[in-house]
Amino acid sequence: MTQIELRGVQKFFGAVQVIKDLNLKINDNEFIVLLGQSGCGKTTTLRAIAGLETIDGGDILIDGKPVQHLKAADRDIAMVFQSFSLYPHMSVYENVAFPLRATRKSKAEIDQEVRSVAKTLQITGLLAKKPSALSGGDMQRVAIGRALVRRPKAMLMDEPIGALDAKLREEMRAEIKRLHIKQGSTTIYVTHDQIEAMSLADRIVIMHEGVLQQVGSPDEVYSHPANLFVAQFVGSPVMNVADASVAETASSASVTVGGAAAGFEFPRALLSRLNGHAGGQLALGIRPEGVLVRHEAAEGFLPVETQIVEPLGSFDIVDLKVGSKMLRARTKSGFVGGPGERVFARIDPTQAHFFDTASGKSLGVRL
Amino acid sequence: MATTMITTLDRSSRAAARGLSDISIRNLFIIPTILFLIVFNIFPLIYSLGYSFTDFRASTNAPANFVGLQNYRDLLGDPYVWSNFAVTAKYVIISVAGQLLVGFGVAMLLNRDIPLKGLLTTLLLLPMMLSMAVVGLFWKLLYDPSFGIINYALGLGTFEWLSDPKMALYAVALTDIWMWSPFVMLLSLAGLSAVPKHLYEAAAIDRAGPFYTFFRITLPLVAPILMIAVIFRTMEAFKTFDLAYILTSQPTAELISIRLYKMAFQEWQTGRSCALAYIVLIMVLAITNIYVKYLNKVKER
Repeated sequence: MTQIELRGVQKFFGAVQVIKDLNLKINDNEFIVLLGQSGCGKTTTLRAIAGLETIDGGDILIDGKPVQHLKAADRDIAMVFQSFSLYPHMSVYENVAFPLRATRKSKAEIDQEVRSVAKTLQITGLLAKKPSALSGGDMQRVAIGRALVRRPKAMLMDEPIGALDAKLREEMRAEIKRLHIKQGSTTIYVTHDQIEAMSLADRIVIMHEGVLQQVGSPDEVYSHPANLFVAQFVGSPVMNVADASVAETASSASVTVGGAAAGFEFPRALLSRLNGHAGGQLALGIRPEGVLVRHEAAEGFLPVETQIVEPLGSFDIVDLKVGSKMLRARTKSGFVGGPGERVFARIDPTQAHFFDTASGKSLGVRL
Repeated sequence: MATTMITTLDRSSRAAARGLSDISIRNLFIIPTILFLIVFNIFPLIYSLGYSFTDFRASTNAPANFVGLQNYRDLLGDPYVWSNFAVTAKYVIISVAGQLLVGFGVAMLLNRDIPLKGLLTTLLLLPMMLSMAVVGLFWKLLYDPSFGIINYALGLGTFEWLSDPKMALYAVALTDIWMWSPFVMLLSLAGLSAVPKHLYEAAAIDRAGPFYTFFRITLPLVAPILMIAVIFRTMEAFKTFDLAYILTSQPTAELISIRLYKMAFQEWQTGRSCALAYIVLIMVLAITNIYVKYLNKVKER
């Protein structure tokens, strides 16, 4: 039962403000992922919660009690570091036992706890080895074991699998998720990898230049990004964003992109929901899967020319030339033969996003 | 093999223009050093080994007679020499332990962000840069019973540091500690700064207290480099001559090297002193070997 709350947290490194007025409430047993580019303040936030970094303003509350003046040891929080930070001169057993020995538990108790954690993480066979003899994945298992063994109030993970290779990362990702479901402790996880974030999180917290951009479930963040930064940061391949202008036609609305001759057809309802942005300062965002492509002309589809085709195995990403802009569409693999082909495209209005280009904020249009 | 490890000579360089090959340049650098070593180290070493089996006296013209192991037998059976060894052992233990404590302690104090850390470290290193003879001479002044500043500062009146048979050895050891603690401090500082910061963070998260962190993280990780400091200091302390010779003439502070000096250059027992020198050499080698074995064991962890 652990809730963590950040209230107006500020942090400066010299003159640079790395955390700007951060407010966040983390519920019991929740798996929160702090997502952002390097230097966005996500790791600093995590270290501030852990007590490894002081804050210059605001409150950090654990279970309602302010802890910002407590030392790391007194906050009862465990942390897994990107660099693993295993004690190199101790065996795996001693590493896992360290937090228990540091608080002077009885020998029998320590042995029982260590063995039960080792069993959960399937590292029983490694207990006698030194960290230097382990593979990257095993080292991280041990590091997680060391964090789990004392049943902390919360687990903090700083890019715990960032140093592993791609295949191992995927395995460990699944393992961390399995472990969280099984053990169920409040977890804060920092990463710059949005796939990791999407697959693990109950809620994703997206940060950029020290400012919280959006908090929401993976689905919410993906389907309804709050601003242009989130829209382009989350999702791969990246969302198409293009300056657009909206015009009224006889039966519908027309969205023109990149000065093309004709616009994409949208429902009339769009016009009333743009709140006066129809004229200018408007950007259209559409994920590649929201660009529908077909070979034959049809109602509402515009003729476009294909440019580069990137075959990605299960699907292709095709660049379509619309006016002066490029729209990336996701198609079945092999759907388009190659560059220079003439196809027909339209935009799925239900998947389209509209942003104010001046503020970057989403207009919240849902069609 | 040897040539592949050397960077090949740049064909356009001046050395190449003068017709020097890689090999001749290598020889140019190495041969003088090797010659120096042979003439001043290796030759006397072997020559003295020969003398150690004779009754040679450098002060007379009498020819050296081969006496076999007589010198070694006499020396190892001589309680006087054994008492010198005992004094030396006591001196080595006190002096090295003292240097380790002071040096490592000061290093722990310096291993944090403090203003003027660089200047402070340099100043603390000064004693070790002085000449042994100079240190000996001015510590003799400091220890002086009538006008020495130590007695004045401690209010000990006319306490005789260097002529008191019980105190003399400790006084010499104290001077040695003052002079060589900076060496241990320097190595410890290097060792301490090599301990990754994130291990301390991990320990803090793991709720380890300062003492637990020190004994379970800091000390084991600095141990290998501390061992190196101990090896160097033990070897040096075992061989101490000048400091003790200048400071005191008390028989209770007569280290083995002083005994050796007296035997060789006051009693002119050249053959026997060569034998003693070899006994000392073998002892130092043996002690060093034990340390090195232990060091390798520590490093393995």
